Amino acid sequence: MDTAESTTTVPKKNSKLKQSLINFFTDLYKINQFILRFFREAFLPPFELKEVVRQCFEVGVRSFTLISVTGFIVGVIFTKQSRPSLSEFGATSWLPSLVSIAIMRALAPLVTALIASGKVGSSIGAELGSMRVTEQIDAMEVSGTKPFKFLVCTRVLATTITIPILSTYTALIAIVGGYLNVSQNEGTSWSTFIQQVFEPLTFIDFVASLIKSIVFGFTIGIVGCYQGYNSTKGTEGVGKAANGAVVTAMFLVFIEEVIIVQITSWFR
Amino acid sequence: MKKVKTQVDHSNPVISIRGLKKSFEDYAVLRGIDLDLYQGENLVVLGRSGTGKSVLIKIISGLLKPDEGEITVLGHNLAEITEAQLQELRIRIGFSFQNSALYDSMTVRKNLEFPLVRNRKNITRKEINTSVETVLEAVGLSQTINQMPSELSGGQRKRIGIARTLILNPEIMLYDEPTAGLDPITCIEINDLINEVQQRYNTSSIIITHDLTCAKQTGDRIAMLLDGQFQRTGTFEEVFNTNDERVKPFFDYNFIQ
Repeated sequence: MDTAESTTTVPKKNSKLKQSLINFFTDLYKINQFILRFFREAFLPPFELKEVVRQCFEVGVRSFTLISVTGFIVGVIFTKQSRPSLSEFGATSWLPSLVSIAIMRALAPLVTALIASGKVGSSIGAELGSMRVTEQIDAMEVSGTKPFKFLVCTRVLATTITIPILSTYTALIAIVGGYLNVSQNEGTSWSTFIQQVFEPLTFIDFVASLIKSIVFGFTIGIVGCYQGYNSTKGTEGVGKAANGAVVTAMFLVFIEEVIIVQITSWFR
Repeated sequence: MKKVKTQVDHSNPVISIRGLKKSFEDYAVLRGIDLDLYQGENLVVLGRSGTGKSVLIKIISGLLKPDEGEITVLGHNLAEITEAQLQELRIRIGFSFQNSALYDSMTVRKNLEFPLVRNRKNITRKEINTSVETVLEAVGLSQTINQMPSELSGGQRKRIGIARTLILNPEIMLYDEPTAGLDPITCIEINDLINEVQQRYNTSSIIITHDLTCAKQTGDRIAMLLDGQFQRTGTFEEVFNTNDERVKPFFDYNFIQ
């Protein structure tokens, strides 16, 4: 009896695995089509400049407070946690350099992207998902407007433009946080601190950080829009779109971080 | 308000459909539809839920693609026109959605301005304001101009949805379940509005419904959709003066209700 059961479970498992693989590659194909459509439509007239500016403002405003608080805390905590290790070697004077390298190369783009995935990605997914299930996207289409261009292209461009700006802002706030901690413990002046902050940074650090933020911004926008725009199954679908936007964007951000770090290390 | 007998030009079909078929996965929803909508006519498509009524008008407006068949709208074969031509054609077709589909992040004014601003590039602010006020007056909701869709009742939302399509002066109106979910008095008001739109804007309309009162009050001609095909077509009396077991229960149920 056991043997009979096990022989029926194996083909069942195989067919499930086969179906999962088919679904995975179908999704991958659909996402690629979605990205290609973005590039086809975003850079052809008419340009939705007004809507892009409005969306940039929305993305910035939505994340500004959270990013300010998080950036500051990251700066303070990172400096505080690094001090004991450095002080063992009597190297606390290296703190500003360590803080700046960590923040510029990794923490600022990553923290900004993760916060934006949660705040902006989920909001885009839910907004477009809700528009899809209440037929607002269809209403736009039948009234002679291209909803993909108006809703998707504008939001993706907005996140791609705004996330690097927010990331730079996070870096500045985190450095201020680091300075407050350093000045409190070592009595370092602002000018000395800033000089030590910029000393170890190279042109590649700035470029890599910028490219990373642009890639993260594009990812957050495109994932949020893809999930929302293709949402189905009513209110349940809206929830799934918002959730999928956050989870997928965060996962991809980490993978991209690894890839970009690897690529930039070849140029150092 | 009693429906005024309208002049229908039977020599001039604005929509012509031949052999339309549409399936979703293995389920054939439309199984060979032939249909003509004439200039100035209100055609009511009746049928049970899930029989493909909404699918039919979504195909006409280009939101869905048919599997087979030829669809000609205002002289354009939908299979042969480009995306840009379809966009232009859509401006001449008004689509009133079942749930109104108002943009819920915009006020009533912005909802009405949206199609206008996006399709009439050189329009002035004064012209926009005049158009918005005119259509709002036509649907009797001038006082709601600065309200958000969430502040409107179901009937008001339907009216604003219709106003949003009227602002582009469409030649054809497609109504998807215009009275669904409304109380009987509001239903009558919406039916009157549909007739008023036909008179005032000289539109030809397809009205999708399963509400026989709506069908009787608004339709110049009724088409009964059963099993993916039009089984009976004619005036209200012609369609329902029958012993057809597939049609009779529909009539009995509606009027008992």
